Amino acid sequence: MRILIMLLVALALPAQAALNVFSTVPEWAALAQEIGGEKVRVASVTTALQDPHHVDARPSLIARARNADLLLATGAELEIGWLPVVLRESGNPRIQVGQPGYFEAAAFVRMLEVPGKLDRAEGDVHADGNPHIQTDPRHFLAIGEALAARLALLDPANAAAYRSGYAAFAERWRARIRQWEAQAAALKGVAVVSQHKAWAYLYDWLGMREIATLEPKPGVEPSVAQLARVRDQVASSKPRMVIRAAYNSARPAEWLSAEARLPVVVLPFTVGGTPQATDLATLFDDTVARLLQPLK
Amino acid sequence: MNHVSLFALAAAGALSAFPAAAADADLKALRDEIAQMKKSYEQRIDALEKRLVQAESTSTQAKAAADKATTQTARAGEGKASAFNPEIGLVLQGQAKRMKDVPERAVSGYWPAGHAHGDERGLSLEHSELMFSANIDPNFRGVARFAVTGAGEVEVEEASVSTLGLGNGFTLRAGRFASDIGYQNARHPHEWDFADATLMQKVLFGNEGYRQDGLQMKWLAPTPFMLQFGAEVGRGANFPGTDRNKNGSGAGAVYVKAGGDVGVSNAWQAGLSLLNTRAADRAAHFEDTGGVEAESFFSGESRTAIADFVWKWAPNGNASERSLKLQGEVFRRTERGTWRCDDADAASPTTCTGGAALGDLSTRQSGGYASAVFQFMPKWRVGYRHDWLARGSKSFDDATVFGLLDAGNHYFADFKPRKDSVMLDWSNSEFSRLRLQYARDRAMMGVTDNQVTLQYIMSLGAHGAHKF
Repeated sequence: MRILIMLLVALALPAQAALNVFSTVPEWAALAQEIGGEKVRVASVTTALQDPHHVDARPSLIARARNADLLLATGAELEIGWLPVVLRESGNPRIQVGQPGYFEAAAFVRMLEVPGKLDRAEGDVHADGNPHIQTDPRHFLAIGEALAARLALLDPANAAAYRSGYAAFAERWRARIRQWEAQAAALKGVAVVSQHKAWAYLYDWLGMREIATLEPKPGVEPSVAQLARVRDQVASSKPRMVIRAAYNSARPAEWLSAEARLPVVVLPFTVGGTPQATDLATLFDDTVARLLQPLK
Repeated sequence: MNHVSLFALAAAGALSAFPAAAADADLKALRDEIAQMKKSYEQRIDALEKRLVQAESTSTQAKAAADKATTQTARAGEGKASAFNPEIGLVLQGQAKRMKDVPERAVSGYWPAGHAHGDERGLSLEHSELMFSANIDPNFRGVARFAVTGAGEVEVEEASVSTLGLGNGFTLRAGRFASDIGYQNARHPHEWDFADATLMQKVLFGNEGYRQDGLQMKWLAPTPFMLQFGAEVGRGANFPGTDRNKNGSGAGAVYVKAGGDVGVSNAWQAGLSLLNTRAADRAAHFEDTGGVEAESFFSGESRTAIADFVWKWAPNGNASERSLKLQGEVFRRTERGTWRCDDADAASPTTCTGGAALGDLSTRQSGGYASAVFQFMPKWRVGYRHDWLARGSKSFDDATVFGLLDAGNHYFADFKPRKDSVMLDWSNSEFSRLRLQYARDRAMMGVTDNQVTLQYIMSLGAHGAHKF
């Protein structure tokens, strides 16, 4: 009997000790970890090698959502193809839309590429704008501040820890941003081709110019005919590189690379996308380093 | 101020040019003054540097402030983005099918389950599905689906309300819904991997699957892998039961589902389900000993057990490039009761005229299917499915039954129905799909039907997320 009680206590303790955070993508998991430290137990249900638009509502996701205290999502319809079913199946009222346990990062930044009209003939467009907000490091400040406030709301006992955790992160992060901006000064005005419209915020931050995308419409895989059109279209504007995310199919970018003699730059896109991008800081260290490579 | 200090500096320089002329005291005073000025300059440079740093960091602060302002205005206009309230979706489905013209198409050895639409030859509209759904308030969500058939009939496929906020892993649903027994049953035709229903589904519940008008309670266990228990009570009006005009529940189902990941590339789900219902005068067409159409009625209990298994693989869990889905289900159904026969049409008398008892009928039948669907490149998938049904066992009084009904009826056939299907589909996006399917259908004794189906499935408007 005593052993049983001890076992139960041991099982119950970790659940009590830390706030259980379910993140749809790795970047918010990393941010929550930076702010919450050991006060939170964070897991991302997808990896950088998975397309965040197309994730299967796997049974393991439902099991994790059931026990979560806080759900971190990007929002802006990024997870619309799978998160609603996970939420419904979870039987967990704490993390439903509108509850304090539901946090959408996109609510705290200014969205780019908000479509003027909603027509699926335009491909996989999102009514709220381009959802890939994690490619601009400045966003992590506003989102982190809101997240720290949310963590404090859900776990008032550790509110001070979240606030100071955020303050420390923000100070480090501001210094890092200055450093990256200085390093990436040469990228200002550089013309690039992207595979998917995943980098609007990165380009906005560094002043780069996207002159074409390989996907004819967002979310539609390019055919060879489409790629050939892109090759002819960009020939005169002399792009310096073709950029794809780690999770994208390698073929389209490589095809254009061979045809137009352009270097392919594979960016991590989020934490874990490349061996170097192990946390938020190294994510941008690596992103900037990889972007600078073709300019050397 | 700068002028004054510059003047002072110039003056200091001029004064220091006078060699030995000035007294020591004067010199000291001058040195002090210069030191002071140097100090104040250093301070000022420090202050300027600090302001520079601040200015740099305010570029991020300014962005943050601007972002905040715009997001607040954007959020205020949010009603525009969620203009679909409720979400409205429409699925358009149509096909061209080449198959044999078989009158009274049936699965040999099995009691025919309801009507079978979707089995038309030539060009046809399958059903179009209209879907409405929305959160009703923080505690409830409602879903309604209407199927409009090519013939213009409207069917309420689903009209249910479920809870969002019961907590502790509980979810309660009420209304009409597709039962969660088995794997394939709760999936709508537009989610199917093949153009038609499995033989198993056809004989168990009919093409449309099993639907309940009732209540469903689900509980998700707080385990690290998925473990879900479900129970349903319902009216039980659909095959294999019948509407029995009674108070209380007419059918009950229980199920358990488990699932999890194996590494990052594999995920699985398995389930076990039981359905218990009763039939009262469940009708089917039979021929009497003279070959005239009569009608038979079964009354009794029907129990169905289903085991299902699904395995999905995608490299690194990224299914956009390549993926594989293995799926299989097996069932066993036992029925026990009595049956009788009567004329199907008063104008054509049969051996059953006036109604004739056929005695006891008890059956035990089983079968299943297994399928594999492989996405070999973006947009393209191929699939193969094998359907089989066992002969099973039927026990009834031969003398009575064959004295009234023709032993050549398909229900009495000693036959193992089989079907093999291969399909190729192409999806331009997740909203559109074209499919070509070839099936060798040997579900009916003496008929080998080579079927070719060309099908489109298109989704408009809000498109709900799919289950695993």
